[in-house]
Amino acid sequence: MIKVENLTKKYAGQTAIRDLNFEVGNGEIMGFLGPNGAGKTTTMRILASFMPPSSGRASIAGFDIFNQSLEARAHLGYMPENVPLYNDMRVNEYLNYRAALKNIPHRRIPERVGDVRELCGLKEVENKIIGALSKGYRQRVGLADALVHEPDLLILDEPTSGLDPNQIRQVRELIKNLGKQHTILLSTHILPEVEMTCSRVIIIHRGRIEANDTPENLVQHIRTAGGVTLDAKTGKDDGAAELKRIGAVRDVSVTEEDGWKTFSLRVESGADVREEVFRLARDRHWDVRELTARRPTLEDVFVEITQADEV
Amino acid sequence: MRKFFVLLSREVSSYFYSPIAYIVLVFFLLVSGADFYFQISFMNQRPVSYSVQEAFFNSVFFWFAFVLIFPLITMRLFAEEFKLGTIEPLMTAPVRDWQVVLSKFFGALIFYLVLWIPTICYFAIFQYITRQPAAGSSGAYWGSYLMLLLLGMFYVSVGCLASVLTRNQIIAAVISFCAITLLFFLGLISFILLDVTSTTRQLLGYFSAIEHMGTFSRGEIDTRPLVFYLSMTALVLGLTYQAFQSRKWRL
Repeated sequence: MIKVENLTKKYAGQTAIRDLNFEVGNGEIMGFLGPNGAGKTTTMRILASFMPPSSGRASIAGFDIFNQSLEARAHLGYMPENVPLYNDMRVNEYLNYRAALKNIPHRRIPERVGDVRELCGLKEVENKIIGALSKGYRQRVGLADALVHEPDLLILDEPTSGLDPNQIRQVRELIKNLGKQHTILLSTHILPEVEMTCSRVIIIHRGRIEANDTPENLVQHIRTAGGVTLDAKTGKDDGAAELKRIGAVRDVSVTEEDGWKTFSLRVESGADVREEVFRLARDRHWDVRELTARRPTLEDVFVEITQADEV
Repeated sequence: MRKFFVLLSREVSSYFYSPIAYIVLVFFLLVSGADFYFQISFMNQRPVSYSVQEAFFNSVFFWFAFVLIFPLITMRLFAEEFKLGTIEPLMTAPVRDWQVVLSKFFGALIFYLVLWIPTICYFAIFQYITRQPAAGSSGAYWGSYLMLLLLGMFYVSVGCLASVLTRNQIIAAVISFCAITLLFFLGLISFILLDVTSTTRQLLGYFSAIEHMGTFSRGEIDTRPLVFYLSMTALVLGLTYQAFQSRKWRL
């Protein structure tokens, strides 16, 4: 659906993105991650034909974004960051206008606008002026606009930014449902969301793609795997010293409260030391009230990749 | 073509969503009403050789309002889209750049023409009450309203160009105001130069909105200003189109 080859964009001396290569297949929900300023919005704007790349090529549904821009745009529903809308129009007016602009035949407009209004939960605000809407509703109007012409591909730039937890959950459900019929490329900072919705993830950092895989694979291959937390009374023992002797444990940090010590163990990738920790505690007669393994999350992957060369 | 009309209807209706339109309408009604009133009371005091309609289109009031309205009408056209970021959903929809530029130009032009509709009533009312013709001939009406259209096209296109250059509406208004007054006064200079045959005077005469309005409102349709304003409008719109496209490389 999307094919990107050697895409590069330079702004006045600065390189925003450098030699991006990736593909998004039909029906995929692709998460586009990266710190602020990594080049996510730039990439999305180029794909939406809002600005041309400095070099490289990209195509959407087989249409080159530069030479067949109009066709490419017709196959694309794009929701920009912060969802700019005409504040002086009413919701219905705006959606009708956008539908007409996007080549929907005149007689089909009421049906399409009705559908997206239903889908995005805009029924109760259909006659309100957009400028008076809350952030959550604005976001939904933007989404309805992106969907109104039944595009094959949706590009959503931070669709959940600035929403409250309930709204985020609603938008997430919506995106999940949309993923059944559309290909979606979405950027976000909320990583649990990506783990729940996306079938594949691209992590971009300083204009380069640092990772491109399924969320599960990314988490599995992370170097600093998860860890184990132990909450125990160790009596005379120091605790940390004994725990460090377990082979796979790399590092132990301790916090103490009311005589209970909380040990955070960082362990090597793929290792599970819980049994050994239990045996140690049993042999040394420690009182244990918690022993849990913390699985690595996408957040750990994100932090590792995007902070690796900093400091 | 359908997309052009979709864009155009939004442009025209967007004027009436905002309070600016109504402020401009009221301001314009006041000034043109005052113009009409003072011209008639002036003509009441002594015999003159021109008609009410000629006096109306050639007075200081008229030109004062005329130069002021263009920045007000055109300043928001592109600047507001850039400022609000609505240019992004607009240009990522399947529309061509020229469709956007032309729809904005014609949208502003239509609003400008709407401003003039009440003035037709002025003359109708005058004729009804006084039972005297307001103009020397029907050609004088055609001439003066044709000149309004031509001047409007040119100055609206200048306003479009000013608005596409910036994301700040105030700056757009100042640029177009300066450009339009400059063009206007360029034409005024020709009245100061005494040597009628000099090339400078003849050259400046091309810009003289006052002179053109003078001839056209007498009912003399001269093709030279016609060609001049049409070609200048095309030129400035061409520049606007170029400047609009350059946003892609400036971003």
